Amino acid sequence: MIKEIGKYFIFLGHLFINRETFKTYYKLILDECISIGLGSLFLVALVSTFMGAVTTVQTAFNMVSEFIPDYVISQVVREMIVLELAPTIIAVIYAGKVGSSMAGGLGTMRITEQIDALEVMGINSISYLVLPKIIASILMYPLLVIVAGVCGMLGGYLAGTLTGIISPNDYVYGLRTSYNEFTVVFALIKSVVFAFLVSSISSFRGYYTQGGALEVGVSTTQAVTTSVIAVLIADYLLAQLLLSK
Amino acid sequence: MIKIKNITKSFGNKLVLSEVSGVFEKGKPNLIIGASGTGKSVLLKCIVGLIRPDHGQVFYDGRDFYDSDRVTRIEVRREMGMLFQGGALFDSKTVEENVRFPLDVLTKMTRPEKRDRVNFCLKRVGLENVNSKMPSEISGGMKKRVGIARAIVNNPNYLFCDEPNSGLDPQTSILIDELIQDISEDLDITTIVVTHDMNSVMGIGEKIMFIYKGRNVWVGNNRDITHSGVKELDDFVFANKVMNSLRNH
Repeated sequence: MIKEIGKYFIFLGHLFINRETFKTYYKLILDECISIGLGSLFLVALVSTFMGAVTTVQTAFNMVSEFIPDYVISQVVREMIVLELAPTIIAVIYAGKVGSSMAGGLGTMRITEQIDALEVMGINSISYLVLPKIIASILMYPLLVIVAGVCGMLGGYLAGTLTGIISPNDYVYGLRTSYNEFTVVFALIKSVVFAFLVSSISSFRGYYTQGGALEVGVSTTQAVTTSVIAVLIADYLLAQLLLSK
Repeated sequence: MIKIKNITKSFGNKLVLSEVSGVFEKGKPNLIIGASGTGKSVLLKCIVGLIRPDHGQVFYDGRDFYDSDRVTRIEVRREMGMLFQGGALFDSKTVEENVRFPLDVLTKMTRPEKRDRVNFCLKRVGLENVNSKMPSEISGGMKKRVGIARAIVNNPNYLFCDEPNSGLDPQTSILIDELIQDISEDLDITTIVVTHDMNSVMGIGEKIMFIYKGRNVWVGNNRDITHSGVKELDDFVFANKVMNSLRNH
């Protein structure tokens, strides 16, 4: 375990030595942004819309007292989506979709000697292959979290108003009441940290794949599992650091 | 010229290479031969720096690869070209993009210069009109040729070939061997070929190093190999019944 963590930090150190020209990375980063960002947009929008809808219905179900006004439902939905569901649950989905793809791609490159080919050419394969993925993740994941937040609240609005749980006015009023901007800043800080963790851990697992096709599958599974655990630990630590009074 | 000195490598308790030394000359293919599992590929990987040996030195025209600083090692690496056993072509790139890749990343050539160079190298290996094909759309032999084109596109001083004939039919194997020999002579580069294919050994084996159980037990050429007097080498060369009957005659 300790050896693996040490290896991970050495791996991160290699990202920044013997880099190629900015022009080389620019194109790679753009390609990764398209693949990561646009490729995940539909899934993120779909999942977050349903998350918002379910959160609204379940919050309303738990509002048993007549003295609690309806707009509290959308307040709760907003806080849950912005603080936790959009950055963290989407990070778990992101690890499953993007992280596994990164690990699988790098693992396949490893077992087919494509990474060795880069090394023999004198190219730092870690920096060339992994750095663009991490930068693209850090750029795109916060945008995906913003999309998730908007879609989540929209999903809540649709579920709440179409089923008569809450009126449109109450829902919008609840979203705007007692709004604390720091929750959005906090969500964006979390999204940057999660993007880094998922992309770097998945790349690490894929890069050091040994063996054949079966081991690529194992690396992919390990990438998702380790990324999710890291995200959950980071989630708690960030909440403790930035939200505790 | 590449010189190796006392290369030793173990994986755990298993000693794979033991004190292997030798000289690989310029302008001709230098073959490393031996049965499967004797450490040929590990030796090649130690020479190119993909596996760090436990002990020993590798000199590229006098430059000590493992004792050099990082910048020198990168410089040496950029003078290398390598053909991998499976081709190691980038799946997501076309044939042209694969061959152009070292030029894109390592040089400041203009786009037309790169295109001319890529077309020249593809023509040199006997491939034309395949520029836009993906690696999955070409045959094994063509993949090897594309691999060679990519290896020579940046004018290397050292060419390494790991089992260039594996998975190929005898005729294509001979074509690949001849191509490697021609390129080594024409470009006057140091070429090391790892193989266990006796057709290659007899065809282009101007300088041969025989590895047995991780040790360098014989050095010679294809004219001497049939009467080396080394039992392990005779067992390897005459493993085939036809070859064995020829020896007895």
